[in-house]
Order: sequence, then C-alpha cells, then structure tokens
Amino acid sequence: MASTVQFDLVSPERRLASFPATEVQIPGADGDLTAMEGHAPTITSLRPGVLRVAAADGMKAYVVTGGFAEISARGVSVLAEQAVPLTELTPAQLDALVADACEAAAVNPDKDSADKAVADLYAMRAAAGL
Amino acid sequence: MPSLKDLKNRIGSVKSTRKITKAMQMVAAAKLRRAQEAAEAARPFAERMTAVMTALAAGVGTGEGAPKLLAGNGRDQVHLLVVMTSERGLCGGFNSSIVKLARTRANELVAAGKTVKILTVGKKGREQLRRDWGHAFVGHVDLSEVKRIGYANAQNIAREVMAAFEAGEADVVTIFYNRFQSVISQIPTEQQVIPARFEATGATALYDYEPSEEAILADLLPRGVATQIFTALLENGASEQGARMSAMDNATRNAGEMINKLTIQYNRSRQAAITKELIEIISGAEAL
Repeated sequence: MASTVQFDLVSPERRLASFPATEVQIPGADGDLTAMEGHAPTITSLRPGVLRVAAADGMKAYVVTGGFAEISARGVSVLAEQAVPLTELTPAQLDALVADACEAAAVNPDKDSADKAVADLYAMRAAAGL
Repeated sequence: MPSLKDLKNRIGSVKSTRKITKAMQMVAAAKLRRAQEAAEAARPFAERMTAVMTALAAGVGTGEGAPKLLAGNGRDQVHLLVVMTSERGLCGGFNSSIVKLARTRANELVAAGKTVKILTVGKKGREQLRRDWGHAFVGHVDLSEVKRIGYANAQNIAREVMAAFEAGEADVVTIFYNRFQSVISQIPTEQQVIPARFEATGATALYDYEPSEEAILADLLPRGVATQIFTALLENGASEQGARMSAMDNATRNAGEMINKLTIQYNRSRQAAITKELIEIISGAEAL
C-alpha cells in the first residue's frame, strides 16, 4: 500500500471531498502535475480541466474550472471556483461553461488568456469524453 | 369604554396576528438553519483563500509593481460603500443597524472631504438611505428573485465593484454587512475589500509558486474580492433570519400579553354589565 496524502476539494459553496489519496493529478496553469506524498510545498493556479484523484477505492475525477491548489506537508487542498464530479457532469452543464467562457472572452481585454480558457474548456470536453 | 363586541373583535384580531408572527418565527428558524449551514460550508474555502493570499501578499509586498487590487491605485478620494441589507422587512433592527453604520461612515468621509458613492444590495437599505444619500447611489443589486445565494451572485457584485475600481470611479471599496454571532446578536461590520487588507501573520511557509507569485496573486485577488463578498452575503443571510426570528418571537410574546390584558378587560366589562342588569331588575322589583 502506497502512503497517502490528505486530499481536500473545496468550492466556495461547500466542501466536495475530503479523503486520503495516494496521488492527485492537478491541471495546473503551467501544465499538469501529480502530487504524491512528500511533494515539495507548492501553490499553483488551475486551468479548466479534469482533476484526477487515486484513492483507496479507485480513481475519482472532478471537473474544475479555475482556482488554485495548495500542496503542503499536511496534504493537498484544491480550491476550485466550480467543481463537479465527472460522473455527474452533463453535456448541458459543459455547454453552459463554454458559453460563459466565450462570453467572458468577448469582453476580456486580455485576449490571449481568455482564448486560452476557452481552448482549455474544449480540451476538457474532449478529455471528459462528452 | 369599548363595547363588549369591540373587545371581542379586538381579541380575535390580535389572536390572528399572533398566529402569523408565530408562523413567521418558525419559518425564520428553518431558514436560519439552512443559512447557517451554508455559511459554515463556505468557511473552509474562505479560510484557505485568506491564508494563501496572506502568504502571497506578504511575499509580494505593496511596493511598486504590486497588483492594484492589493496596493490600491494611490488615491483615496472616492469611496465606494457597498451596503448589504435584506430584501424583506419585519426583521427588527437588522437593516437599520447596517444603514446606521454606513451613514456614520459616509458622514465621516464627507466631512474629511472625500467623495462617497453607494452601491446598495437589497431593497430595504436602499429605501432607508434614499432620502439622505440618494444622490450618491451608483447602483443597486436586486437579490429578491434569488432563493439561495450562490457564489455567482457574489461574483456579479465583485465584477461590478472591480469594474468601478479599474475605471477609476472608486479608489477604496468597503462593504457593510451584519456578521452573525447568535440569534439575538448580529454585529454590523465594515470591511475594506479594495485595496485588500490582510492581517500580517508571522511565519509564512515556504512554497514553490507556479506560475509565479505575482501571477497567482493577480489571479487570486479578484477571486478574493468575490469570496469576501460571498462570505458577507452568507453572514448577512444568516443574520437576517436570526434577527427576524427574534423579532417575531418578541411580537408573538407581545401579542400573547395583549390578549391576556384584553381578555381581563373583556371579562370585567362583561361582569359589570351583568351586575348592572341585576341592579336594574332588583331596583325595579323594589319600586313595585
């Protein structure tokens, strides 16, 4: 049995998950990273993507839109702006997310980052298999 | 002296008032529990957020090149006050206490030669502030259609506030709300959200930052504003229900007292009437 880290997934409205995990795959803004026990303390912001967690009872996946992750000696906590378990995500929700991002991209002066958010969402849709 | 019929009607009407206030109290109690749960569920996020931002802010500092949301835009001429109140009345001094605090603050600012702008959230505060501060209103957020306050509501308010800040229409943004302490006590609170203020903590853990400290901070600050507003909205929601609950409890008790008083009065005048009739009969019989 591999050693575990405490994993917390929190959204502004509630705590979505809290359990020990062996590894956490985080969609970081600068690229994916996997946090396991003994990872160097890191704070990274998130891009829209799929967060995968390996726990004792199998892999769990959540769709997150943004926020940040804090990896410390105490564990991994992901603070996501919006987070939905992948199994509960409906195509309609995803479409709504994409529509939101497109809308934001239309008014955002920082064209590059807004376009990236939209592209990330499309990539996420592909990854989610919807 | 009211007639017996008047008294009876009066008692009937106070009784139905008592039923209504009792029902409102129970509804408020149920809503309060939900609101408290929501506020508690939101706490972990807000706490972590503040912790990380405090660490980041300490690292980046407020020197030159620091994000504007943190360091401010170098002026403090225009103050935007976000006054959060409820959409409905009948909640005791809940709205008045927030408005009072906001009004005091606004008067102080004006006396110091600053410009005051007011953004109201919730209809009740707007009504109370309209007479004195109507000219300072810059906007209103209507939450009357919102059943459950979500993060999206807070984000909308935050967006509006930040747009005003970026456009240079506001230099300092302060929010006013009631912090929930208990059912009988809510504390009117003012909190400055822009420029962000953090309590300095001594020890900061060493972290690797990805992408960079500055980039994360720039990404987080707007979220921090939204989170603070969200927390304030939830606290306010719980406070409102708490205030309404205790106000309605008082009203129910007062109605009960009133019913007792009226019943005593009713019985007395009934007896007086009976006695009077008896005297009339007896004196009539004696006269024969």
